[in-house]
Amino acid sequence: MTDRIKMQLQCPMPELDYEIITLAHGSGGKLTNALLESTVFQLFTENDGIERRHDGALIPLEGKAVFSTDSFVISPIFFPGGNIGELAVNGTVNDIAMCGGIPKYLSLAFIIEEGMKIKDLWEVMIGVKYAAGKAGVTIVTGDTKVVEKGKGDKIFINTTGIGTLHPNADIRISNIKPGDKIIVSGQIATHGIAILSVRRGLEFESDIESDTRNLNKSVEKMLDLYGKQIHLMRDPTRGGVSSTLNELARDTHLGFELEQISLPMDKQVSGACEMLGLDPLYVANEGIFLAFVEASVADVFVEDLRRQEYGQDAAIIGTVVEDHPGTVLIRSDFGGMRVVHMQVGEQLPRIC
Amino acid sequence: MKFISEFRDPEQVKLLLEKIKTTVTKRWSVMEVCGGQTHSLVKNGIINMLPDEITMVHGPGCPVCVTPPHLIDQAVELSQKKGVILCSFGDMIRVPGNSMSLLQAKARGADVRILYSPLDAVKIAAENQDKEVVFFAVGFETTAPANALAVIQAKKMKIKNFSILVSHVLVPPAIKAVMDDPDTRVDAFLAAGHVMTVMGFQDYFSLVEDYKIPIVITGFEPVDLLQGILMVVSQLEKGQFSLENQYTRIVNPQGNPAAMDVMREVFEVAPQQWRGIGEIPDSGFRLKDTYQTFDAAQRFELKSAKSAENSDCIAGLVLKGIKKPVECPMFGKVCTPENPLGAPMVSSEGACAAYYHFATVFPDRIKDERSGGSLTKDI
Repeated sequence: MTDRIKMQLQCPMPELDYEIITLAHGSGGKLTNALLESTVFQLFTENDGIERRHDGALIPLEGKAVFSTDSFVISPIFFPGGNIGELAVNGTVNDIAMCGGIPKYLSLAFIIEEGMKIKDLWEVMIGVKYAAGKAGVTIVTGDTKVVEKGKGDKIFINTTGIGTLHPNADIRISNIKPGDKIIVSGQIATHGIAILSVRRGLEFESDIESDTRNLNKSVEKMLDLYGKQIHLMRDPTRGGVSSTLNELARDTHLGFELEQISLPMDKQVSGACEMLGLDPLYVANEGIFLAFVEASVADVFVEDLRRQEYGQDAAIIGTVVEDHPGTVLIRSDFGGMRVVHMQVGEQLPRIC
Repeated sequence: MKFISEFRDPEQVKLLLEKIKTTVTKRWSVMEVCGGQTHSLVKNGIINMLPDEITMVHGPGCPVCVTPPHLIDQAVELSQKKGVILCSFGDMIRVPGNSMSLLQAKARGADVRILYSPLDAVKIAAENQDKEVVFFAVGFETTAPANALAVIQAKKMKIKNFSILVSHVLVPPAIKAVMDDPDTRVDAFLAAGHVMTVMGFQDYFSLVEDYKIPIVITGFEPVDLLQGILMVVSQLEKGQFSLENQYTRIVNPQGNPAAMDVMREVFEVAPQQWRGIGEIPDSGFRLKDTYQTFDAAQRFELKSAKSAENSDCIAGLVLKGIKKPVECPMFGKVCTPENPLGAPMVSSEGACAAYYHFATVFPDRIKDERSGGSLTKDI
């Protein structure tokens, strides 16, 4: 039994008078209170001395803080491997980790579309609780709004997070230099293909599950071990690996050269990309990160990363060079080079 | 993956490249007809590995590139009608018409949906009987059977709220149009393997005879393409011309009779406008009289305007291989993938887009071409 299923069993849905969310649930009145009491407060009130029923939270924090926010509007809200709640926690947790932070506290804000089933909302909240527990972060403040039917898409979530800076971390774009190795922590394109496999009109059968997961534990460990030898980390979410690398190549005025053969990818994901005519470099990820690492430690870095949670498929995928500044190239399995350009708009399935 | 990995074998690729290098002695321009082949040549970096003597010319076989703007305008017009769900293949929705693209129409509130199969559009029609569902039936002989099947199925299921906006194009007349142009640079063709999977290759013998050019039916993987190139180059070097089949694992001379039957049941050959090229006789499909009720153009009384194209865009010359994208004064300045004047800059298979991305890294090579130097290594 997975931890997530265990948690669902431990947290049975509360009895409520309504089956769906109505505008009254967001009015601030009696129904809002009833909803919050029986859901949010029940799930997120931990005995940690933090007062949650005020307009904000008072939190202890030492040293430099890392602060990040992200909004989540994914459709469908339930997908193979997770739901929007887990995504909302992991997304912000990972953004903080990428800056060299150790995430501690999260805010949680829901914008719910009138008519959403309370059962679904509960399941999303279980996802939040599960992911927060896994990442070791505490939800300390939040907000709930309800919008009229048609003005949202079931539920939108914003999370904002605060963490403390890892003492060894020195993560800066300007630290990237020629010779650095580009490392990816896991298989690419998994999340995007998992979402596509259940999107209406494009469904196909597969066992592919989203890789939404928290990266903060393994990143913290790698910072313990390698500190300033890690020049930059970035999670290649929207727009995939290509967009992240193109942005960095542009900002550093350096060139990046990737090796097609080194890109770790699940066989089913690569098959789905073939079938749909999608380039995996442009497909979204959730649970992997790219690291620019001092060349002299790159091999041992990968070995160590492979021993961390979710790091078993880590690989060196490329090198930073002085040539062709601002451009990302990839060497095909046959030795031919091509440009990995910045994606224009959303990647669209091809006719043939 | 079986049937893929063996055609991406780096050793085979190396071997074939060597063979091509030892075979070629003169300069040849080879047109790969299909956009999928262009895509594979670019994506795998093969185009940069060919010997300087061989120039690959990208043919008109990109359905997105050749769909005339007035048809996109019609699709946009339909999508903006109240109660219409406009369904389309994915890469069609970004192509600009004269006013806007389907993507822009969607942003303005139109119900535009991306599908993989026209049969899904029939399903959507069955589920939304209060709406009119239109499928933008674009493509070559490869997508025509599925589009025809959707119409047959809708008729069988007595679905009244489904129709298709037809913009089908056929390959052999396009090859003729390329060869009939007095400025053509093409010495040989790699024909589109999957088109022949459906249609067989009986129509191609006369092309070889009439124009005295080698045509090799070619697949899409790196090994396929290099084998195809080796086969045409061998013929050219010997001064021969014949029809050869590289894609034997899939293509047989008769094609797919069941698919052709479905197509002939629903469609008949008609003149067709090609973006940038103009009207080519007998180069497209229209719905037969018995299926007229499924014709979106008639159902919604769409005006059949001729395409007014951007006069600065030389897409037609590029699609026929007469001009290189870099020979266009708009290229990379006014016309970019973010702000395309014509479809070859929009589609990932389009010659201009491929060239644009290539040019950002190898500007020297592009400069050579402008000064009339090497015309090779172009993508």
